[in-house]
Amino acid sequence: MKLGASIAALVCTLATAGSAAAQTQIEFWHAFTGRLGELVAEQVETFNESQDDYLVNASHKGNYSETLNAGIAAVRADEQPHILMVFEVGTATMMAAEGAIKPVYELMAEAGADFDPDAFIGSVKGYYTTTEGEMLSMPFNSSTPVLWVNRDALQEAGIDPDTDMTTWQKVGDVLDELKAAGHECPLTTAWQSWVHLENMSAYHDVPFATKENGFAGLDTELAFNGPVQVQHIQAMGDWAEDGKFIYTGRRNEGGANFRAGECALFTESSAGYAGIEAEAEFEFDVRPLPYWEGVEGAPQNTIIGGASLWVLAGHEPEEYEGVAAFLNFLSSPEIQAKWHQDTGYLPITTAAGELTREQGYYEANPGTDIAVKQMTANEPTENSKGLRLGSFDQIRGIVDEELEAVWSGDKTAQAALDSAVERGNRLLRRFEQANR
Amino acid sequence: MEKRVRFKGYLLPICLVMPQIVITAVFFFYPAGQAIWQSLFIPDPFGFSAQFVGLGNFEFLLSDPFYRASFITTAIFSILVTAVSMGVALFLAVLADRLIKGSGTYRTLLIWPYAVAPAVAGVLWLFMFNTRVGVVTWYLGVLGYDWNHVLNPGEAMGLVVLASSWGRISYNFLFFLAGLQAIPRSVIEAAAIDGAHFWTRFRTIVFPLLSPTTFFLLVVNVVYAFFETFGVVHTITAGGPQQATTILVYKVYSDGFVGQDLGSSAAQSVILLIIVSVLTVIQFRYIERRVHY
Repeated sequence: MKLGASIAALVCTLATAGSAAAQTQIEFWHAFTGRLGELVAEQVETFNESQDDYLVNASHKGNYSETLNAGIAAVRADEQPHILMVFEVGTATMMAAEGAIKPVYELMAEAGADFDPDAFIGSVKGYYTTTEGEMLSMPFNSSTPVLWVNRDALQEAGIDPDTDMTTWQKVGDVLDELKAAGHECPLTTAWQSWVHLENMSAYHDVPFATKENGFAGLDTELAFNGPVQVQHIQAMGDWAEDGKFIYTGRRNEGGANFRAGECALFTESSAGYAGIEAEAEFEFDVRPLPYWEGVEGAPQNTIIGGASLWVLAGHEPEEYEGVAAFLNFLSSPEIQAKWHQDTGYLPITTAAGELTREQGYYEANPGTDIAVKQMTANEPTENSKGLRLGSFDQIRGIVDEELEAVWSGDKTAQAALDSAVERGNRLLRRFEQANR
Repeated sequence: MEKRVRFKGYLLPICLVMPQIVITAVFFFYPAGQAIWQSLFIPDPFGFSAQFVGLGNFEFLLSDPFYRASFITTAIFSILVTAVSMGVALFLAVLADRLIKGSGTYRTLLIWPYAVAPAVAGVLWLFMFNTRVGVVTWYLGVLGYDWNHVLNPGEAMGLVVLASSWGRISYNFLFFLAGLQAIPRSVIEAAAIDGAHFWTRFRTIVFPLLSPTTFFLLVVNVVYAFFETFGVVHTITAGGPQQATTILVYKVYSDGFVGQDLGSSAAQSVILLIIVSVLTVIQFRYIERRVHY
């Protein structure tokens, strides 16, 4: 295996030696396939053509979890790439691995690159920045949950498609009417833990976990069994029992139901835009994620999902200069504005958002700026700048299991969330121990 | 009088068994030893440091009621997979054994599913039972049954058992068919002349004579159900709904390769190893006594 890889590497080196001898090679591992994969390849191509010093090689390494695994295995074998894409859930794992990473702020300072962390949108920057204000990884693709509406379905049920759905109370009324009109799938969701617990907590300015949601230390404990979250999950559970909320699975299975026109309302990432735009044969629009009226501090701001780019340790200084140049290129307004418009991901810098507006994109595509507004409405608080929890992928698994018990009527919201907190805390203590 | 052939010297016999010993050492003893060693530590994902915790990983696991519950889930799952895959295979083998025309085609078709990797088999079955577009789901809907394995634990278990057994039926079928064809015709014909009906012949002659094959398949299928089914669970249910299909081997995979908790994952492998060893010893000591070679 290792011998095979070495031979392959040797052959590749020999084959490219003639043309690329002068160029510094930079390895970039990412998790995108399909349209997103093509768009990333395009960005890399543009960068490679824009200068002669560096050559970025982008490789697809599977889905988010698989890419992180490949990166970890590579670090163990001392064959790590320069840049590794890691989803937001893996952030704490990467942060704790001090010997494996090269923080972005350090990289930029050493390379003498022109880099201003304040150019990024606050809630994007905050997710990947330490409490001391040092940016550790480069934000790349970030999205936030919004409410997708099938306008035709509302119309058929005799509801004004422009009806106000800013609060869950009002959404509840709409669900009642849809149900009364015989609609079979009034509401569905994708990524239940991310939308209905993580973002729900930030949006209502209540903690998901103690210690600033884990930002202030590994000794954090989960806290999402508070009254605000319990009330929300109980309401969802009641809607599930009445057939107003249809559960379709732990990931984004519900997207297929919504795009086929079967579901009227759908809570999903703003990055669902590309798929819905391409497939939906009905009129749809985007609304801000609803909040519960009466909860103090709501609506705060929502938080992000997606991935950032981590620079791995153990490479040569001139290679890091190339990495710095590539990362700066990726976050430049032109590249980011195009990415935002192509995919529905957020423009991660303020400049990219402004450029998009100047280009008239928001006027031509109403609703596409809702996610940006929702993210930037308020200065993020301790509860809304993001989450930094170890073993977070597994904790999400636990949350999924417990929420399924609520949707099927086996548990009350309080019992399920209490159990999820207790089980998740065991994993947090283990992560703390492993990284002491 | 038993005939014994002895090699002269040791070199040749050692050379002959060497490949098997080397393979076992490299692919079994070395990794199993590593797993036992790792199960005593809590390492960080990148392998920079590891803390010795003794039996701490086992204590962590066994004090978790959800982990203990997955023993029962695993038992139910393994019994069902073994029973379904062996039962159906035996039934088909008996039918194929009686075929006179076209048995070649029939056999080839039955063996095909064995070539399908578990994860791929999982995806195939998931498509058929997809709650939205699945063919089977649609027909069940026509019959008035609302299939929803996304929320119904029993249906989820049924689906992973079906998908795990499917490919296995081919393998078992091959062995059963070979076993059936090795039974001397004369014995069966003699019984038929004595007036024994098909079912009596099967129960009193065929099944006992088939017992070495059945026993071998029992051991192999239990090992399969314990160790090789995580691909199916991963693609179909990811252990859900709730924990309905979280079998032990799936948890080994997800804690190790998704959760990056290698210490716990190694400890779970060791527990699995012990369970399967014990089961195999029990099978050899108690069930093999009833086997007629």
